[in-house]
Amino acid sequence: MNDSYGVRHLQKHIWENHAFSHIFNADFLGFALMVIAGVALLTFVLVYGMVAVWAERKVAGHIQDRLGPMRVGWHGWLQSLADGVKLMLKEDIIPTMADKPLFILAPPLVFLAAFTAYAVLPFSSRAQLADLDIGVLYITAVTSLGVVGIIMAGWASNSKWPLYGAMRSAALVVSYGVPLGLSMLPVLMLSGSLSLQEIVGNQGGGILHWNLFQALPFMPLAFLVFFISSLAETNRVPFDIAEAESELVGGYHTEYSGINFSLFFIAEYSAMLLSCGVAATLFLGGYLPPAFRTLGMMGLPRLLAWLALGLFLLWRFTSFWERRQFSEALFFAVLTLAGLLLWRTFPHLFWFLTKTGVLFLVMLWLRWTLPRLRIDQMMYMCWKVLTPLAFVNLLGTSLWWMWAN
Amino acid sequence: MTSSREFRSQEIYVNMGPQHPSTHGVLRLMLRTDGEIVSDVAPMIGYLHRCAEKYGESGTYQMMIPYTDRMDYLAGMNCNWAYCLAVEKLGNVVVPERAEYIRILVGELNRIASHLIAFGTYGLDLGAFTPFFYALDEREKILDLFEMVCGARLTYSYFRIGGVAADLPEGWVKRCHEFIDFFRKRIDEFNELLTYNYIFIRRTANIGVIPANMAVDYGCTGPVLRGSGMRRDTRVDEPYGLYPRLRFHIPIGMGEKGSVGDCWDRYMVRIREMEQSCDIIKQVLKSMPEKGDVRAKVPKAFKPPKGEVYVRSESSKGELGFYLISDGTDRPYRVKARSPSLSNLCVLPAISDGMMIADLVATLGSLDIVMGEIDR
Repeated sequence: MNDSYGVRHLQKHIWENHAFSHIFNADFLGFALMVIAGVALLTFVLVYGMVAVWAERKVAGHIQDRLGPMRVGWHGWLQSLADGVKLMLKEDIIPTMADKPLFILAPPLVFLAAFTAYAVLPFSSRAQLADLDIGVLYITAVTSLGVVGIIMAGWASNSKWPLYGAMRSAALVVSYGVPLGLSMLPVLMLSGSLSLQEIVGNQGGGILHWNLFQALPFMPLAFLVFFISSLAETNRVPFDIAEAESELVGGYHTEYSGINFSLFFIAEYSAMLLSCGVAATLFLGGYLPPAFRTLGMMGLPRLLAWLALGLFLLWRFTSFWERRQFSEALFFAVLTLAGLLLWRTFPHLFWFLTKTGVLFLVMLWLRWTLPRLRIDQMMYMCWKVLTPLAFVNLLGTSLWWMWAN
Repeated sequence: MTSSREFRSQEIYVNMGPQHPSTHGVLRLMLRTDGEIVSDVAPMIGYLHRCAEKYGESGTYQMMIPYTDRMDYLAGMNCNWAYCLAVEKLGNVVVPERAEYIRILVGELNRIASHLIAFGTYGLDLGAFTPFFYALDEREKILDLFEMVCGARLTYSYFRIGGVAADLPEGWVKRCHEFIDFFRKRIDEFNELLTYNYIFIRRTANIGVIPANMAVDYGCTGPVLRGSGMRRDTRVDEPYGLYPRLRFHIPIGMGEKGSVGDCWDRYMVRIREMEQSCDIIKQVLKSMPEKGDVRAKVPKAFKPPKGEVYVRSESSKGELGFYLISDGTDRPYRVKARSPSLSNLCVLPAISDGMMIADLVATLGSLDIVMGEIDR
């Protein structure tokens, strides 16, 4: 579905002819298809973000010995939708002294940064909007735009706490950006390509071929550095220094309300899912299944896995039965069936979403467990721990690569 | 912080509060900051001033008790107790033994409840949300116990001059036992979750160090003073009630993770005090008489003889004292409360020079102030 050529060609075509009668040709159709695909992707990202918000609230609730949202829909699954509607109906307050154009532009920009990067994310071998041959570079470039939006928001608010948030964000982007980029390099070295499809393709053949388990112990370390840096990039605890609720009130989005505020919110979750998706793509074999074929013992591991799954489900359902929690049983049943269905019909999508989901859960788990770092500690960690570690990784992986080849 | 002084840029003034997530109520801090570095802090108080002392002077002695609930609203029982102690000393009232034991029970339970809030909100201040919910979960159980005793969950007014309002209801002792046994294990869980967390230690150790002499100079009391390594506790130094009969330990800050008197020490003193309170409650439950009066005979028109008295007691925040002057009528001539939170807050500007904003929040949280008590 690589159609960037088509768009360029169409523009050239219109420019040269100034005649719109020629517009309904193959090029236009390609363009229209791109627009439709873009809208579909936007819808997907929004829904994905909403589900993520709900998941966060449920996970947070259960970690904290409570239930989380329970009122809107079954176990609150429509809560995000209700909140979205509420925020849309709220007054969109723009402070008098704010820089109005920048203030309005900032939230869409932050969201755009997260959303645009989805264009190259390979959900499966075919479900990818554009397989750019510089995919990794594109993601790095586009996601770093988000910080511009954050600084814009903080500056345009013309208020002191948001300004602090913006300044912190600006100070941090140079800190986590370096280890983030450096931790991607070993992957590129192993794959010899910047295209995400090729990176995934290179990890085919089972779990042991994932980049995570190459060049031991260097690639796991690279993954760790990448994951920690992505936490910082998405403003997540323990690095939510730019919004730091207890210090800066709300950080850069203190002055925002209504739909603009919710855009920041959705952007954060889209960016989180994106980071998880990129981590899964770069290190965990992307959409490829973790088959055990390469272990040389075809049946046994798979049999054991099935057995474990069966026992787990049996245990869950009997416990539901004993406690008469049929609604939960139903939930698990639907979830299991949906998972199985997805697995059988779109195995690539299933594995991609599973891996992303697991990483996402780790992010949530960290958020609801850890306190926040101070900004100088965070910078110390990025510059003096992660960056040298990433360099050592790079060196180690390249040496390993030379030795292996 | 000398290096940051050399590169000083334009300083700005920021209002932290009175509406700010981590100023614990309506405290307003005027900050002069140079980027992230705070160069001056000026606490502005009075947003919660309700003339509690004046009210006390306009009513009878009994009528002040509900106002004391609202002073340190996180430790209402302790405030009740402090006031009643002063009035009893003024009027030479002897409290029955069982009432004294009940007072210790609810007082120590309230100390745990107050320290739980301190623990939970301290986590919030540092960006950890979950400890707050864990703490509130346990606090709810204490409030349930209080509800059984007096029907209220926050403003108890359970104490009376010469005793307490009512005897413990049936089954209360058993539930209290259950709670204490369960809670001791929960403290270990709290420690695992927050206390020994690496990030938490990095955020609190060596931050906001209050040297012992400074703590004394500023009149700090309670966990703040003990966190600086001073083994001072009114329950032991100037015992009241039946505390001399009980054996307990006074935890002090020892600079385990940083230097003596840092935020971690103050925090840890509270955690250890919760353990000690559990021990005290266990001892009381064991040695309490089964039956007995819970209220001395005090006339409704209670008129203590002329005189003045200052009585201090150990509330969860520190030394809570009441100064009363009686002119022989049924109304006090003067009521003055010496609230520990006020003195503890006063030390903040002295130690916050050159701190980062995040550290200021950590230090403020470790002082555990309650605005209701500061403004009264």
